[in-house]
Amino acid sequence: MMRPALIVAQRELAGYFATPVAYVFIVIFLVMAGTLTFTLGNFFARGQADLIPFFSFVPWLFLFLVPALTMRLWAEERRLGTIELLLTLPLPQWHAVLGKFLAAWAFCGIALALTFPLWITVNVLGVPDNGVILSGYLGCLLVAGAYLTVGAAVSALTKNQVIAFVLAVAICFLFAAAGSPIVTEFLSQRLPVLAEIARALSVADRFQGFTRGVVALRDIVFFGSFMAFFLFLNAVVLDHRKAA
Amino acid sequence: MAALIEIERLTKRFGSFTAVDDVSFTVDRGEVLGFLGPNGAGKSTTMRMLAGFMPPTAGTARICGADVVDQPVAAKRNLGFLPEGAPTYPEMTVTGFLHFVARIRGFRGTAADERVANAMRLTQLEGVRLQPIETLSKGFKRRVGLAQALLHDPPVLVLDEPTDGLDPNQKHEVRELIRRMAPEKAIVISTHILEEVEAVCTRAVIIARGKVVIDAPPRTLVRDGRSLEEVFRALTLGPSPDPALRAQEAA
Repeated sequence: MMRPALIVAQRELAGYFATPVAYVFIVIFLVMAGTLTFTLGNFFARGQADLIPFFSFVPWLFLFLVPALTMRLWAEERRLGTIELLLTLPLPQWHAVLGKFLAAWAFCGIALALTFPLWITVNVLGVPDNGVILSGYLGCLLVAGAYLTVGAAVSALTKNQVIAFVLAVAICFLFAAAGSPIVTEFLSQRLPVLAEIARALSVADRFQGFTRGVVALRDIVFFGSFMAFFLFLNAVVLDHRKAA
Repeated sequence: MAALIEIERLTKRFGSFTAVDDVSFTVDRGEVLGFLGPNGAGKSTTMRMLAGFMPPTAGTARICGADVVDQPVAAKRNLGFLPEGAPTYPEMTVTGFLHFVARIRGFRGTAADERVANAMRLTQLEGVRLQPIETLSKGFKRRVGLAQALLHDPPVLVLDEPTDGLDPNQKHEVRELIRRMAPEKAIVISTHILEEVEAVCTRAVIIARGKVVIDAPPRTLVRDGRSLEEVFRALTLGPSPDPALRAQEAA
């Protein structure tokens, strides 16, 4: 039964909107995504009806914004003492972990959905391939999910929100940059085996496929197992550092 | 029939510091056990282990026969727990919070509404039902925590300082409430207010430096004419452990 996880998720999501966190996050995300797309992304000058400029910036925005969202995930429960309440209610612990993640993920989904004016714009200006756009959005959502699970696991590790934020950004950056030419060229000259592994683990590389409209099963499996791994890590860390 | 709460040789170590050392006791239906001890003696740690929040280093705890480590969900279903400081989600309203707890506990629709209404009636929260918890006074917050623990009418209640921060009238109300529920339940309350133990508890367990130093009805403790406070001081004052380690346990 998934019910307890969904109840936790519902409470969490309502909690985002009961505080300024939700509004600040969404406004900053929309302003930055819009600005970057139209300025650095040359949205108009490119003369193409697609959302490639937008999609190229979203993972980098998430790199900073998602850890800002997750840094308080468990730290706040510890600060308030509500972790003791939540984990002594009759629900399996992984339901609490999953519920918190689902709420944060749904929240990122809402933020992404609110970029719909961009989608309307390209459809008014030209005839874009809406399938490609849809797969791009799916890719964005998966990148957000991956970063969220990293951030959530790190948040369970420390009571200090600043440490949680910095660590989460650093780890997410590792996965974002692993496939970049600088890293892979450096590695392939010295350790060719590691270069292959780095490319395989790169969140940014996998995301590229989605922006081109390629929804490959192996990429879905990658994101799925990535999230499952970090959620599992979150549960294990929580088990060992409940009162910390 | 086995006791509703069974604690057997429960031990918790933090590094080299033993916060709870080989604690054993049982609580039957109809008993109200007052759990006493100086700050840092291991009261909250014992209660956290009993509530299934902290895994014990050694020993077992069972609630209605369910082991809190092996069958945590079954044990927690029969437990109402008020954690130390009565934590609640500050941005939620009183009803919102209690409905959340009711839904997690498996109540739906009108059954959930009834449970929430009943819990609010028992703890006299009706007047503030739609207020965000963060706007409430300390006494109200404590009662929200209490309402959450009573909501499902559990056979076992574990309350960590239920009357802390309440005014004398509210304290009296809570004690009356505990006394009314007592015949049907096994209740453990921790407190620093010794008169409270004499007023509501059928048994007192005093713990010092992680060990149970006495387990007896409050009446027999004061039989030789000493006050409960004198008994408490005689039993718990001793060579104080390293203050740094105490701080670690308190955290």
